[in-house]
Amino acid sequence: MAPREYGIYIHIPFCRQRCDYCAFVTSTEHDDLIDRYVDACVAQLLRERRESDGIPATVFFGGGTPSRLSGDQVRRIVDACGAEATSEVTLECNPEDLTALTVHEFAAAGINRLSIGVQSTQPNVLKSLGRRSPENVLEGIEQALHASDLRSWNLDLIYGAAGESDADFAATVESVLAMAVRPPHLSAYGLSVEPGTPIARDPLRHPNEDHQADRYEWLDSRLVRAGYRFEEISSWSLPGHECRHNNLYWSGGDYLAIGTAAHGHRDGRRYWNTASIERYITAIETGASPVAGEETLTSDERWFESATLALRTARGVPWEWLDHAGLRALESRGPFVVHRGGRAVLTVQGRLFANRVAQFLRPFVRDGSCSL
Amino acid sequence: MASTPARIDQSRIRNFSIIAHIDHGKSTLSDRILELTGAVDARLMRAQYLDSMDIERERGITIKAQNVRVNFRDHILHLIDTPGHVDFGYEVSRSLAACEGAVLLVDASQGIQAQTLANCYQALENNLEIIAVLNKIDLPAADPERCAAEIEQVLGLAAEDVLHISAKTGEGVPELLQAIIDRFPAPTGDPDAPLQALIFDSAYDQYRGVVSSLRIVTGTLDSTAKLRFLQARQDHEIEEVGIRTPDMVPVKSLGPGEVGYLIAGIKDVRAARSGETVTTAIHPAESPLDGYLDPKPMVFCGIYPIDGDDLPVLRDSLDKLKLNDASVTFEPESSHALGFGFRCGFLGLLHMEIVRERLEREFNLAVIATAPSVSYRAYLTDGSLLSVDNPTELPDPSRLDRIDEPMLKITILSPAEFTGTIMELCQARRAELQRMDYLSPTRVEMAYTIPMAEVVLDFFDALKSRTKGYASLDYEQTGYVTSNLVRVDILINGESVDAFSTIVHRSQAEFYGRRMAERLKELIPRQMFDVPIQAAIGGRVISRETVKAKRKDVLAKCYGGDITRKRKLLEKQKEGKKKMKSIGRVEVPQEAFVAALRLED
Repeated sequence: MAPREYGIYIHIPFCRQRCDYCAFVTSTEHDDLIDRYVDACVAQLLRERRESDGIPATVFFGGGTPSRLSGDQVRRIVDACGAEATSEVTLECNPEDLTALTVHEFAAAGINRLSIGVQSTQPNVLKSLGRRSPENVLEGIEQALHASDLRSWNLDLIYGAAGESDADFAATVESVLAMAVRPPHLSAYGLSVEPGTPIARDPLRHPNEDHQADRYEWLDSRLVRAGYRFEEISSWSLPGHECRHNNLYWSGGDYLAIGTAAHGHRDGRRYWNTASIERYITAIETGASPVAGEETLTSDERWFESATLALRTARGVPWEWLDHAGLRALESRGPFVVHRGGRAVLTVQGRLFANRVAQFLRPFVRDGSCSL
Repeated sequence: MASTPARIDQSRIRNFSIIAHIDHGKSTLSDRILELTGAVDARLMRAQYLDSMDIERERGITIKAQNVRVNFRDHILHLIDTPGHVDFGYEVSRSLAACEGAVLLVDASQGIQAQTLANCYQALENNLEIIAVLNKIDLPAADPERCAAEIEQVLGLAAEDVLHISAKTGEGVPELLQAIIDRFPAPTGDPDAPLQALIFDSAYDQYRGVVSSLRIVTGTLDSTAKLRFLQARQDHEIEEVGIRTPDMVPVKSLGPGEVGYLIAGIKDVRAARSGETVTTAIHPAESPLDGYLDPKPMVFCGIYPIDGDDLPVLRDSLDKLKLNDASVTFEPESSHALGFGFRCGFLGLLHMEIVRERLEREFNLAVIATAPSVSYRAYLTDGSLLSVDNPTELPDPSRLDRIDEPMLKITILSPAEFTGTIMELCQARRAELQRMDYLSPTRVEMAYTIPMAEVVLDFFDALKSRTKGYASLDYEQTGYVTSNLVRVDILINGESVDAFSTIVHRSQAEFYGRRMAERLKELIPRQMFDVPIQAAIGGRVISRETVKAKRKDVLAKCYGGDITRKRKLLEKQKEGKKKMKSIGRVEVPQEAFVAALRLED
């Protein structure tokens, strides 16, 4: 039997500066640990990847700020992953870290996809998010990518920051769509208030739900008009540029968790590594397990989880899995789902209320085979 | 086991109570008296020895009447500690009825206060001797001359007879005790007449049942006698008779003028209320003592457990509470918004607060109380009369002929500088000035009639804050008058929410309705559709707000690390829906109702 397709997630928890909305495990004070950390990731990979696993379908460097690693450090990890040219190997990066040289080095290290955290082009919005605002950020990206043969890349945007106007958001989106080479993939997230973050402590910086909904509706129609296709609630792509790694998440696929605070999944068992950088390194160096927690899903939980994840994507769920009468009673601005090839796919309104729609999944109709 | 001599010489007995405003030092003086007479070893002394409930000690108030027998210079002194708050006015009157004298204790820096004055008048009406005492003379702010002059002006007690003490340091306390012996009369009562004993307090003890405090008026209470309670029309066997020193010491008998305690196998304080006359079953007295009253609750509210599963615990706790506090009434009621609970009646606002606090503290219950209401009289067009203490029971306006509301006569004592602000407050609360007197150039006494409903909400607090705490208030009920009253209902998406219905004067209906609608707009989470919140009188809407429809739920990205969190969130939401109260199609978390009512406080 052919091995199941799987991915590898590598968490790089180092940042130059922490953004005010970020709740990921990152540190601005442990740069001296980067070398040992990379060694630990490599060691963990060598220890946990099984011969039988074969070549990973995807590798994803998330953070934190993975672009803080040198090309050489990235290469050592990619090599330990056993990634090949057929693998999608993505690295998240800050626009400031991108130059023609770094892009060349990352490409040489085996990276074939970049995910660039621009968030906004508007200085007032970036300030509200607690981010620095580099000059002419999109031009910088164009120049850095110009000489590379990187085929696929993504831009991250955030909307709904306090102080952001509809015009601010439109300006960001229009300037992205006007780039000499348009990003083949776009992610746009509604700013969410995560507990413990500086934004959470400052109610004046909390997003306005109505503004976010307005911007989401506008963004989806604007991107569709520009030729992008809805992939998942917060992702759009040009044909052929879907993110394979993310789709692995959304289809209940397996992925290894490498690095501190990384989450992994294998066949219904979800687990996560210690959130302390030091404890992670020590665990790996002493041969101990870095896993801090895990859960094994029941078949009901697995079904509910895959259904809710699939519901968020363009694939949708089998039509009869939803209680349509219940849903219709709540629709006030148009239908939540459309019927497409026997499946229910969320409309824009449905995506705005994906959590609510998920409450109408009917477990009693499943046949046990999880035929998503 | 009994140890006291059979008969005590009445001429050596003095029965007295201390009348004082809160914080004027009554408990400290009681403590000092216990210490000075050796009743309580100074080393074992804890502050406020007589206040046995935690709440009493914390708030510095006395809720239950207590008594203690001490010996001083060959005399027996019975100190009968009375409740200090106007809510417990009836208990005060019964305590005073057990005394021949009263010590009027006044803080020398603050002067006499309204309730003290009221209690003092009551003592004078009962023909009690009064000794006026200025306390806290050691404080720099003390102004004994002014206070003594005021006492003379108001009560006609000669300024030169006013004693000066410091209950804190003990200065002047022996002189006070000697004055009690010299100036208060000894009790007189025929020891051989049929027994008449006055119960002036009863408390429930979980091991011994009801323990009553009583004063022998005539006759002799023998521990072997069979007793008859004249008002309750019940006979009881005595289990124990004794005195408090303050430890409980059993005795064989109590003679006229003596104060002690009685345990007679009674399980419920309602059977041994304050004011009850006790006699013997064999030679009963012909008539009971004067002044028995069955105190009626004046303030009502719904009390609901925050967790519906606590309903049986709440019922049980109210039952237990009632064992000790005959004046609380309760009966089951249900509210759509709050579930099942009880309609409770109280003597006043403080009483209500104390009960709520005891439920939370002593019984470890989380409860929510609806806005307090008074008891209205609704006259219907068919000629019938309905007593309404729960706004939801008020019939539709079309069936109403008129509504009468209970009135109070209030007396306010305050430094003269606050006269203007007090008048303003009273006018805003529909009060009418009856009388205004200057007790001294700097102190004023104002008498108003005011609807009780205006007082039960937050009148005390408003008065206190406007007068920096210097004004004091006393009240008495003066009957009912017809008033332009309406019930304001709050409707969420067209459905009336009973917990928020209230009866108010027509002139205040808009204000209440607008404020409640605005508040609920903030508290009710957005739904999938617009939710109107309306305040209405009968079918007529007087105020409207809208909770706009929700536009989205979560638009954050779903990373690999979010999947577990996301699933748990969705599972929780499913659970959470079950805990919501449904008002029609609108789902409202119980907390929102609770918060709206809390803010009402």
